[in-house]
This record gives sequence, C-alpha cells and structure tokens, in this order.
Amino acid sequence: MGTRFAATLASAFLASTALAQAQTITIATVNNGDMIRMQALSEHFTDANPGIELDWVVLEENILRQRVTTDIATRGGQYDVMTIGTYEVPIWGGQDWLVSLNDLPADYDVDDIIPAIRAGLTVDGELYAAPFYGESSMVMYRTDLMEAAGLEMPEAPTWDFIAEAARAMTDRDNEIYGICLRGKAGWGENMAFLTATANSFGARWFDENWQPQFDSEAWATTLNFYLDLMEDAGPPGSSGNGFNENLALFQTGKCGMWIDATVAASFVTNPTDSTVADHVGFALAPDNGLGPRGNWLWAWSLAVPAGTQNAEAAKAFIAWATSKEYLELVAENEGWSNVPPGTRMSLYENPNYAEVPFAQITLDSINSADPTNPTVDPVPYVGVQFVAIPEFQGLATAVGQQFAAALAGQVSAEQALQSAQTLAVREMTRAGYID
Amino acid sequence: MARAVTPQRRAVNTAAAWTIALLIFFPILWTILTSFKTEAEAIASPPSFLFFDWTLENYVTVNERSDYFLHFMNSVVISLGSTLIGLAIAIPAAWSMAFVPGRRTKDVLLWMLSTKMLPPVGVLIPIYLIFRDLNLLDTRIGLIIVLTLINLPIIIWMLYTYFKEIPVDILEAARMDGASLRSEILYVLTPMAVPGIASTMLLNVILAWNEAFWTLNLTAADAAPLTAFIAGFSSPEGLFYARLSAASTMAIAPILILGWFSQKQLVRGLTFGAVK
Repeated sequence: MGTRFAATLASAFLASTALAQAQTITIATVNNGDMIRMQALSEHFTDANPGIELDWVVLEENILRQRVTTDIATRGGQYDVMTIGTYEVPIWGGQDWLVSLNDLPADYDVDDIIPAIRAGLTVDGELYAAPFYGESSMVMYRTDLMEAAGLEMPEAPTWDFIAEAARAMTDRDNEIYGICLRGKAGWGENMAFLTATANSFGARWFDENWQPQFDSEAWATTLNFYLDLMEDAGPPGSSGNGFNENLALFQTGKCGMWIDATVAASFVTNPTDSTVADHVGFALAPDNGLGPRGNWLWAWSLAVPAGTQNAEAAKAFIAWATSKEYLELVAENEGWSNVPPGTRMSLYENPNYAEVPFAQITLDSINSADPTNPTVDPVPYVGVQFVAIPEFQGLATAVGQQFAAALAGQVSAEQALQSAQTLAVREMTRAGYID
Repeated sequence: MARAVTPQRRAVNTAAAWTIALLIFFPILWTILTSFKTEAEAIASPPSFLFFDWTLENYVTVNERSDYFLHFMNSVVISLGSTLIGLAIAIPAAWSMAFVPGRRTKDVLLWMLSTKMLPPVGVLIPIYLIFRDLNLLDTRIGLIIVLTLINLPIIIWMLYTYFKEIPVDILEAARMDGASLRSEILYVLTPMAVPGIASTMLLNVILAWNEAFWTLNLTAADAAPLTAFIAGFSSPEGLFYARLSAASTMAIAPILILGWFSQKQLVRGLTFGAVK
C-alpha cells in the first residue's frame, strides 16, 4: 500500500514537473493553404514533443508583416516562430534580429535545400530561416485557346511570342482576354511582376552606386511593352488586379495566359474551383534573350526572432515543419499535389511527386532565378523581384502607384517613369545611399 | 401647424427609405449569402443571388481552424470593459464641462478632439514599447486601457452635448434640497440623461468592437478579439472569399443583433435634443 502510494505520488510529481516544464511557443503565420495544412498537422509534432505546446497566430500577409516587424524591431517577444519571406531574411539577419539555424540536427539535411532558396535565406554563411515553401513565377496558359489561335507554346517562350499569342487569343466579345497580369499597386503586387520583367529587359532599380535607373532606356521599353500589351490583350480594369483577381479571372475562363506565382498551379488545375482545370499548360516565364527570365523567387520561411525565451523549442518545431518527413506526412494525408513545393531537392527526385503536372516546371522556374545576380548589368543589391533594403517597401509601393496610374491611363509611361525616378532619387538621398 | 402628408408622398418616402436602407445593408447581405456558397460559386460570373447550393461547409471549416469563442469573449470583455471605464471617467468630466464651465473648457474640448486627428500608426512604436515594458502586450487589460483612451474624447463630447440640453435649474433645485454632488450626478442628472448615456454606450461598444488597428497590433494569441479572427481568414494568395465571408458573418453577427434590438434607444439618443 505504502509502495503504491509512493509510486502514485512520484508519478503525480513527475507529471506536474512535466507540466511545469511544458513550453508554449507562439507561431505567427500567414493564411496560405500550405500554412493552414501545417497548423492542422501540427498535432503530430506535439504528440512527438509532449513538452511543447503551440499557440497559433494566423494573419493576412500584410497585417502579419507589419505585426512581426513591429515586434522584432522592438524586441517585443510576442512570437517564437515567425513566418517571413526572402525579402525580410537578408535585412533582419544582417541586423542580428534572427537566431542562426546553422545548428539544426544533422538528420535535418540542410544540404538538401534547393541552392537558390538557401542562398536567399543565408547571410554571411548563417542560415537565418528554413524554407517552408518556395515559389517562382511562370506562364500558365489555356491549351485549348492556344490551339484555337494556331500557336504552340514553347517550353521557354520569349516576350515577343507572349505578346503575339496574347493578341491572337483575345476575343473581347466573349470576354476572353489574351493575358492577365498584375496591375494593382504595391511592392508585392504589380512591382513584383514588373521588377522581374524589367530584369529580363535589361533594366535594374539601381546601378552599382545606388543611383536610381528609371530614366534608362531599358525601363522605358519595359513599361511601354507592358502597357501596350495590357491595352491590346488585357482585361478591363486591370490596374486593380492582383493575384486573387487574376486567379478568379483565369479560373472562370477569361484569361488566355496568366504569368504569376507557381503556387497558383495547384489552384487552376483543381477541378473543384477551376472551370478550366483540364485545359491548363505551363511554361517558363518569358525572356528577351538577354539572360535573366522574367520570373521571381520567393520562399515563405520559418525563423526564430532573437530574444525569444523558447529558442530551442522553436528550432525543434522549425526542424519538424521543414523536414523531409513533414513532406511525406502531407503527402500521406493530403496527396502529393498538396506537398509544400520548392524547398528540397529530394522532393523532386521522388517518383511520386514527379507525377504532379506542375512539379518539374516549378523546380525549373526556381532554378532559373538567381537572387544574387538578378539583372543583366551588375547591381549592388540582393533580390530578384525586390531590392533587399529596408527602404524598398515604401519606395516600391510609391513607384507601383505611378505605374498603376499609367495602366489606368491617368498618366503617360514617360510621366510615370519620371515620377518614379524623382521618388527614388529623393528616397535614396534621404536614406544616405547617394548624395 | 404641421403640414399634412398625402398618401402618395408617404408611399414615396417609404419606398425611398427602404431603397436607401437596402443599399446600405446590401454589402452585409452579400457577405452573409457568400458565406453559404462554395468557393467556386463565390467567384462565379455572373454571380448567383439566391439560387445556389447552400452549404454550411465554410462555417464548419472556420470553426475547425479557429477558436471563435475565445475571440468572441475577448471582444465582449474588451468592448464592454473599455466602454464602462470610459463612461465612469466621462460622466463626471462632461458634467463639470457642461455645468461648471471654466474659461478654458471650450479649448479643452477642442484639444481632446484633436487627439483623434493623429494617425494611430504615428504612436504605435512608443505605445508598443510601453506595453512591452509593462507586460501589457497581448492582454485584455492592455487593450481595455488603449480603447478607453482613444474613445474617451468621443464619449465626453457626446455626453457634454446631452448634458447641455438638461436645464441647469433642475440641478440647482436639487442642490437647494440638500443633494450632494454625488447624489446630484447619480440621482438627478443620470436618470434624465439615460437616453444619451445609453446611446453613447452603444456607440462606444460598436466602435470598440470594430476597432482594428490596436486590436491587431497589440495582440497575439491570448487577447486577440474578433478583428484578428477575421484577419486570419483573409489571404492575398488564394481565393477563400466564402470562408472569409463566413468568418466575417460570425464576427459581425453579435454586434448586428445588439444594434438591431437597441435601435430605438440608439436613434432616440442620437436625436436627443435635436428637436425641441
């Protein structure tokens, strides 16, 4: 009796100690399909790690960005794991705002991460975030409309072909527009597309001395090409169209082509939501024969803010959520087409994943983007569709408003570029990059 | 003498009132209808108004993913807490400004209103730092303090306007009968100003319920109210309009029902003193 009582007391003590030692980590993430799946599957992690509990904060992308930026800049300590992108990592890592992930366990196999993605998350040899899913951009097109136009999409089209095909596919009487492109102002909206496009036209944001380059011939060619194409083959009101608006247009059969994030491939080929699911083809983003293609590179990644009290538990969670085993767990529960793409080489060597129609094109798109050498002429910055400096968000949104105004016909391309140059010179001077 | 209203004119007025009311209500109605559609139907072109396959799937998904009750309780505590504390401060403040005005009363009133002109983001970092140091981040009490302070000018202004309509002679009579200051405010002024206080209270609850800057920026997992609940279902990369509509409907339903049942009180309070 006495022994049993002592044993009960001991187990009660141990249980209370375990409870007392249980750590709660708060994870801030965005409302994307892959993240929601991670939240749903996270009980597998807590089952395997009974000492760790998870609190989730899921927010819209822009709200989340503002929220975590405030918290990390003030060392507020509200979050233990943050979902951030390839734009934030070089800046925050350089400021020592993030905990290095170089000491993840050996079986994590960090060398399996796709090199282009890993490069975007590494600062001075330190990996500051682990990629949860990676994306680039590519051409999604209607195979039936392309055939009806008597054209065949090459695997790696040029901008000239895209323009020709867009005009040939346009049938305004039946509300079919040859091409749908982002027009909504914002550094992550129209400027993501236009910056990547400009790279392929030989334009760049700044020269090696941080002098803004919107007065260059290459930018004039880029913007005029975009405006002419949208006028001839774009949907009405395209200056208000972002990812979601174009997705809705494409899914309801109103776009011949759409150049946007590779993650859209799973949406447009899903017969539950897309009326054109059986008629979708993919191709690499276009180029102009100058080297860079007009595609971007982005990775939603998990990072640990410096100053957290739960760094080890946070790292354990990140190691689980970005592991090879997690990819298999998703495949087991949701199917291979729902596995977070673009992070690990081994995924693309998996024969099961090779059957997913957009798997190879996603990898090829990611591999064709180089964040450390994104333009034809040399630049002093990192980033394909962004410039990894803190001033970029505000500046690019202001420039994006000028370009959206040009698309809406409120100003000419020349005026928009002139305003963009003035804005950029003023901001870069104020920030001390140039005199 | 009041002008006679002809039946035709009454019909026109009624039709116009209904049209305007429906126009104002339409976005809410559309949100509610979309919440019962599938994601494909939510973006269908042309959109279907009533003839679609009604589904509760979005509500099930929203409830599976988020703790609605926690967010709801946070909204209730924060909005009621900030309103009650606000009223406790504002009633004596408005009383003194209405019945014992000083030389600078008007200036003080204007100064209070001017604090509402500052964009909130301008003071986000200082307030965030203060909250961090006082351990008030992601707490209900922290949000109650902030919402009390940001809505206080409006409460004082509204109550001041109502109190100014009450004849000062009545209060003087009470004083002559030996009423203390506390009794004067509690037993004479407050009962007479009940419609005004009630409408101020309702308006403040609505403002606090819908506040979406501080409630998003100062909370994380524990104290997040329904504004954060909605923000969790909005996505720039993915069409989840039906799900977002379901979350929005669940978030606005309580305040909509409150407004519906108390509209008589609200209108009476808002028009208090407008017609003499």
